[in-house]
Amino acid sequence: MLKVEEHSPVEFSADLIGRFDEIIARYPGGKQKSALLPILHLVQAELGWLSTTAMDKVAAYLQIRPIEVYEVASFYTMYFLKPQGKFMLEVCRTGPCCLVGAEKILDHLETRLGVKEGEVTPDGLFSFRGVECLAACGYGPVLQIGPEYTFYENLTTESVDQLIEDLKKKS
Amino acid sequence: MSRKLLLEHINVPGIAGLDVYRQKGGYRAVEKALKTLTPDEVVEEVKKSGLRGRGGAGFPTGMKWSFLAKPEGVPRYLVCNADESEPGTFKDRYLMTHIPHALIEGMIVSSYALGAKASYIYVRGEMMPQIRILEKAIAEARNAGFLGKNILGTGYELELYVQPGGGAYICGEETALLESLEGKRGNPRIKPPFPAIAGLYGCPTVVNNVESIAATVPIINDGGEEYAKIGIGRSTGTKLISASGNLARPGVYEIELGLPVEEFIYSDEYCGGIANGKRLKATVAGGSSVPILPANLTLKLANGEPRLMSYESLSEGGFATGTMLGSGGFIAFDEDQCIVRNTWNFSRFYHHESCGQCSPCREGTGWLEKVLHRLEYGHGKMSDIDLLVDVARKIEGNTICPLGDAAAWPVGSAIRHFRDEFEWHVKEPVKSQTQNYGLADYAKPIEKTAEVKAAE
Ligand SMILES: Cc1cc2nc3c(=O)[nH]c(=O)nc-3n(C[C@H](O)[C@H](O)[C@H](O)COP(=O)(O)O)c2cc1C
Ligand code: SF4
Ligand code: FES
Repeated sequence: MLKVEEHSPVEFSADLIGRFDEIIARYPGGKQKSALLPILHLVQAELGWLSTTAMDKVAAYLQIRPIEVYEVASFYTMYFLKPQGKFMLEVCRTGPCCLVGAEKILDHLETRLGVKEGEVTPDGLFSFRGVECLAACGYGPVLQIGPEYTFYENLTTESVDQLIEDLKKKS
Repeated sequence: MSRKLLLEHINVPGIAGLDVYRQKGGYRAVEKALKTLTPDEVVEEVKKSGLRGRGGAGFPTGMKWSFLAKPEGVPRYLVCNADESEPGTFKDRYLMTHIPHALIEGMIVSSYALGAKASYIYVRGEMMPQIRILEKAIAEARNAGFLGKNILGTGYELELYVQPGGGAYICGEETALLESLEGKRGNPRIKPPFPAIAGLYGCPTVVNNVESIAATVPIINDGGEEYAKIGIGRSTGTKLISASGNLARPGVYEIELGLPVEEFIYSDEYCGGIANGKRLKATVAGGSSVPILPANLTLKLANGEPRLMSYESLSEGGFATGTMLGSGGFIAFDEDQCIVRNTWNFSRFYHHESCGQCSPCREGTGWLEKVLHRLEYGHGKMSDIDLLVDVARKIEGNTICPLGDAAAWPVGSAIRHFRDEFEWHVKEPVKSQTQNYGLADYAKPIEKTAEVKAAE
């Protein structure tokens, strides 16, 4: 089931629309729906998550039905259908990373941030969750932070603490 | 030192940029193919090379290309599969990060061979940094005249585009990937028709892995016959192996196919042995989907001969005593690892990643996860072990795409080889929560004939 939170009006900037058009130009005429996944990434990078209003606007721009956007946004794990912390720490929880301590990192984040997986810290800064293999198995444990998807490899509880401090300073 | 064809220059500073890449001989294959060979001759060289698809299935690339339909007036597409999500596999990411022009050059050569005028590189969405790297490399190649209209004055025209995915393992399956590229959910298509007849936008399409496409560069440079001299038997050429788990030196290695598995694990040229001086318990040789093997069957065939890193040797003995080369995602487990826990972890992965179209996969992967979870956490019954085997068998072969098989095989093989460890979890529900079953007999030399008989 698709769950979306209450929404506020969304405006796409001229710059963003320009980038939509650049993407649409990559496909043959009439195949503009192919631009849907890349465009949703751009919108999410801008807004932090995908509200119904935002998805409806994307649908209108691509001349497809809103349901075609919802079904895609709810299928793929990278799209957030509700607001997240400013920094979403996504830790790989798949086999190879678990052989080198990924579960410890997830447990540590829960204690350290004082929230459960998927929740947002009261200051709105952090969320974390376990995700599946990130194609960096030889450098585990690993985590990534969107929307740039910066990678942090060979994590230890100490390096995670350091990262959290650095991110706090950055915010 | 073995021959390196893809990673030879990986440590050269600046090799990610066009200038250094060209100084090291880059884009010679484009010049040679476009100026001196017809598209069919390029296909012929790839056929001669014996190159087999590096994405997991190992299907001969040249043969796949020759199946491409060529109806008059209909565009044809090449789509590069850079979705790389098979647990244990991280070679494509490595190649794209450090030597992106190897992929771009391969895309140009391959697109020319297939007659594609627009080709797409579908990269998993989480690889945003790699997407940036590829886009930069494409811009450089275009400025140098290797892309666009009338490439190198030959009249051939090509555009390359990078497409991000949305985070879904199933989009690595080629028809799910095409659906995704069309802006839809990643539901695999029912085949036939195969993509070679009706792929992207219903047009004839070839989908190839990053490494397969990059391998066409040395094949064109040196000739298919030269390439075929490397390797062993029908496993020609070099292969990128992603090594992870409890190894002293995990990472990406380029090997000549046919290297003994023992040498790969223990020699200092490769993984340097097991981390922290521990002993090897088991391996998954080709990404999470292939059968797990205990240490003894990893290093030796059932007849006692050394096992080699090749398509044939790894699958020797079938599923009774063998496994598969798959995507080359080599995962090593040391003596402290719990096979039940890992099997549960993998089944959670497949349940999470099932697209949900077929009930045996959607429901079956859920059952596997649930039953393995209770075994791992000390609530299992002896009958659960056979239940798992039964569920796995009922998924296998009954689904639209091979994800169902990929979910079933790790479970079936773990029970086949490590049944005593599963039983121990049932018999010792408390102890198994704080202790490990350990190495047991898994590294003991194989009793040849007895083992072969028992397995049959
Ligand atoms: C569930 C599933 C996931 C797959 N994931 C990948 C992948 O991430 N990368 C890849 O190249 N092939 C993957 N494949 C294999 C592709 O379907 C296809 O065979 C391959 O891209 C063909 O390229 P090749 O012939 O060069 O190997 C996957 C297959 C299945 C069934
Ligand atoms: S086997 Fe699983 S992943 Fe493949 S089509 Fe069926 S439900 Fe989807
Ligand atoms: S298992 Fe963690 S990156 Fe692959």
